[in-house]
Amino acid sequence: MGRITLDKVRKAFGDVEVIPPLDLTIEDGEFVVFVGPSGCGKSTLLRLIAGLEDVSGGEIRIDGQDATMVPPAKRGLAMVFQSYALYPHMSVRKNIAFPLRMAGLDRAEQERRVKAAAEVLNLTDYLDRRPGQLSGGQRQRVAIGRAIVREPAAFLFDEPLSNLDAALRVGMRLEISELHKRLKTTMIYVTHDQVEAMTMADKIVVLRAGNIEQVGSPLELYRAPRNTFVAGFIGSPKMNLITGPVAAQHDATTIGIRPEHIRVTEGAGDWQGTVGVSEHLGSDTFFHVTCAGIAEPLTVRVGGEVDLRYGDTVHLTPDPEHLHRFDAQGLRIA
Amino acid sequence: MATQSSRSAARIMMAPAVFLLLVWMLVPLCMTLWFSLRDYRPLRGGDLGFVGLENFARFVSSSSFWPAVFTTVLIVGGVLLVSIVFGVLLAMLLDQPMWGQGVVRILVIAPFFVMPTVSALVWKNMFMDPTNGVFAHIWRAFGADPVVWLTDVPILSLILIISWQWLPFATLILLTAFQSLDSEQLEAAEMDGANPLARFFFIALPHLSRAITIVILIQTIFLLAVFAEIFVTTGGAFGTRTLTYLIYQRVLESQNVGLGSAGGVYAIILANIVALFLMRIVGKNLDR
Amino acid sequence: MARAVTTQRKALNTAIAWTVGFLIFFPILWTILTSFKTEAEAIANPPVILFFDWTLENYGVVQERSNYMRFLWNSIIIAGGSTLLGILIAVPAAWSMAFVPSRRTKDILLWMLSTKMLPAVGVLYPIYLLCIQLGVLDNRIALVVILMLINLPIIVWMLYTYFKEIPGEILEAARMDGAGLKEELLYVLTPMAIPGIASTILLNFILAWNEAFWTLNLTSVDAAPLTAFIASYSSPEGLFFAKLSAASTMAIAPILILGWFSQKQLVRGLTFGAVK
Repeated sequence: MGRITLDKVRKAFGDVEVIPPLDLTIEDGEFVVFVGPSGCGKSTLLRLIAGLEDVSGGEIRIDGQDATMVPPAKRGLAMVFQSYALYPHMSVRKNIAFPLRMAGLDRAEQERRVKAAAEVLNLTDYLDRRPGQLSGGQRQRVAIGRAIVREPAAFLFDEPLSNLDAALRVGMRLEISELHKRLKTTMIYVTHDQVEAMTMADKIVVLRAGNIEQVGSPLELYRAPRNTFVAGFIGSPKMNLITGPVAAQHDATTIGIRPEHIRVTEGAGDWQGTVGVSEHLGSDTFFHVTCAGIAEPLTVRVGGEVDLRYGDTVHLTPDPEHLHRFDAQGLRIA
Repeated sequence: MATQSSRSAARIMMAPAVFLLLVWMLVPLCMTLWFSLRDYRPLRGGDLGFVGLENFARFVSSSSFWPAVFTTVLIVGGVLLVSIVFGVLLAMLLDQPMWGQGVVRILVIAPFFVMPTVSALVWKNMFMDPTNGVFAHIWRAFGADPVVWLTDVPILSLILIISWQWLPFATLILLTAFQSLDSEQLEAAEMDGANPLARFFFIALPHLSRAITIVILIQTIFLLAVFAEIFVTTGGAFGTRTLTYLIYQRVLESQNVGLGSAGGVYAIILANIVALFLMRIVGKNLDR
Repeated sequence: MARAVTTQRKALNTAIAWTVGFLIFFPILWTILTSFKTEAEAIANPPVILFFDWTLENYGVVQERSNYMRFLWNSIIIAGGSTLLGILIAVPAAWSMAFVPSRRTKDILLWMLSTKMLPAVGVLYPIYLLCIQLGVLDNRIALVVILMLINLPIIVWMLYTYFKEIPGEILEAARMDGAGLKEELLYVLTPMAIPGIASTILLNFILAWNEAFWTLNLTSVDAAPLTAFIASYSSPEGLFFAKLSAASTMAIAPILILGWFSQKQLVRGLTFGAVK
């Protein structure tokens, strides 16, 4: 079981409040991703849950039990660190067995569980190596192995993929998702990469300056961002945010339209513009189009190969169903 | 990672070291200050009472003061010059590709591990002795009259001995600094058309400047305190009396504790001025 | 990155470097060689370099006449004792400064460094007087304590820089894995810190072994270590080159060997981490 409740949890370092009082419930078995730009407090929040930092106020409950003052080891949580934090002087086997040894399990049981974890993570051939002799991806798996042998109530991941190269990152992303499907244990995952958040999460928590901006499933955030910050943060390429007279036409201070929700025509359309740089990805093409009356060039996504060149004149028409409107405070207008 | 309990544990664990060093610093310092204000001669009547700043004035106006300052400056300056110039050259040499680099490094570093009394005695007797020393042999081989090193050129001799001890230290630190020089920087300079000399002056030397400063500061502090080398070779004769040695003589040889303590206070102030610069560099480094 | 270096260039470098290295090392080599000569050969003109009758006689004479073993024993006790005592006091201090830093940590470190800069001669008489008053002049324990105190800042600093390199996340991982303070120290920190502690011990042993201000001024007979033993050769025995060499070789040989192991740590220890 792993239901984690944060009740008015706040954290201050000296006079600086990094996390104002915050409420959040993480259901058992959920894969929750904390996402936000660097310095938004997401790692601090994770460390508060882990017990590596003292809360300055509020209560943390794990499965209904008050865990606010419980030391990290007694919370029944396991953590995978950004640097993996493997013990360099121990073999892979001993690294994975360490939490079991600390828990005082007998040798045979330790060995059994390490073997099982190694099999799941394809580490069987590496059990006698030192962390220094492993590749980045293998180290990552050892760190995960050390976490799963404990059969924790929840897993905490602190930007676990940021030290891996791009190709490996995609692979590990799938492995972690796969692991979650199999174990059905609560996982809390911190990242600054919205792609990781979108692809892995059941529930995304978007944070900015210690505040929760929005909580919801990936598609909820994609479809109905609550404010301009979430609108700009979730989705790739970024949503076009337009202010000024064009927005006023739609009775809003800011309007947002995603690149994939703009139709490109050579004749007749809402906005006339000039094609700038284009990025051909094969399956998609992104055009940067400068339009009259709109300050920033708009990003437009067109499927497949389209023959438009630098300097061509085009017309753009936003799909009214997917037009997001925001008021002067940046909040969504329903 | 700091939680409340770990913070208080940390304070307790730090206490013994802090306390001991505090006592070690404050007690003798206060005593020196106290003695420096009194006419205190243990062998001639003991403590003859409070004399204000007289000791400070007498220490500076005594006929041995300025020569001692001069000697100190010559020795410290000479050794610094030798160890920096040759240190840079040696570090550059050792940084080149060669066979047996490790062995050469060991040969060059060795003098640093020789205890000061040994190096002073070996140089004094086996090298600088005017009849049987190695130098005397070499001079004679060229038909020249052997030099009576420690009497005729005492300061030069001391600079030679002390430089031999400290050159390895400078070399090792400068070599470490050299090796941390990003080779891409040198390649970029080469692409920009800098010849080897220009690369040395515009890229390598500025990169070394911090290490050189540190060598200068640390060596100055140790060199100001040089004692055994003089004690064993000349015993302060032939104009080799440095400030440190002068104070030592006042305190222990002529047992004029008041006067010597005033000198000690000067020495402490002098060392602290140098230390201040050193600490500023070290402190900046801590922030990174 | 690296370009091919011509063999001639490399040979030239090698020749110059070996020559310079040999010249710098020569006084030590000459001392070692002379220690195996007879007194007559030692002052022969021209000097004999390798082809003499190798003898161990000088070592025997030095032993007999000066009770070399007692000085050696004193050196070992003073250098070893002060180093170990220093480590005992410094490990907890460095540990807490590295892993539980506070706003004052930097100031404390710099202040410790400043005590190392205090010129010995400035506090010579107070220490001398205190030793007399406490009846510990020419006493090994007093020297152990004093040398421990003068090297304590270096020990704390070296350990601090080593501990600082152990990522805090590893200790946090141990905590998450259920390790208490004891297990954390025993199974995680100590094994990772041992190389650093060993090099700190090594360098400080060397520094204490070679210390020649307090050992010369605060000892006479009972507690005198090798530094004082050699200083006693100043005259007239110093003119007996072979015996002087034998005595010197015995005093520096153990430390030369230890020193070669600690070249790298030397930089870190003596620059307080300012040069890496």
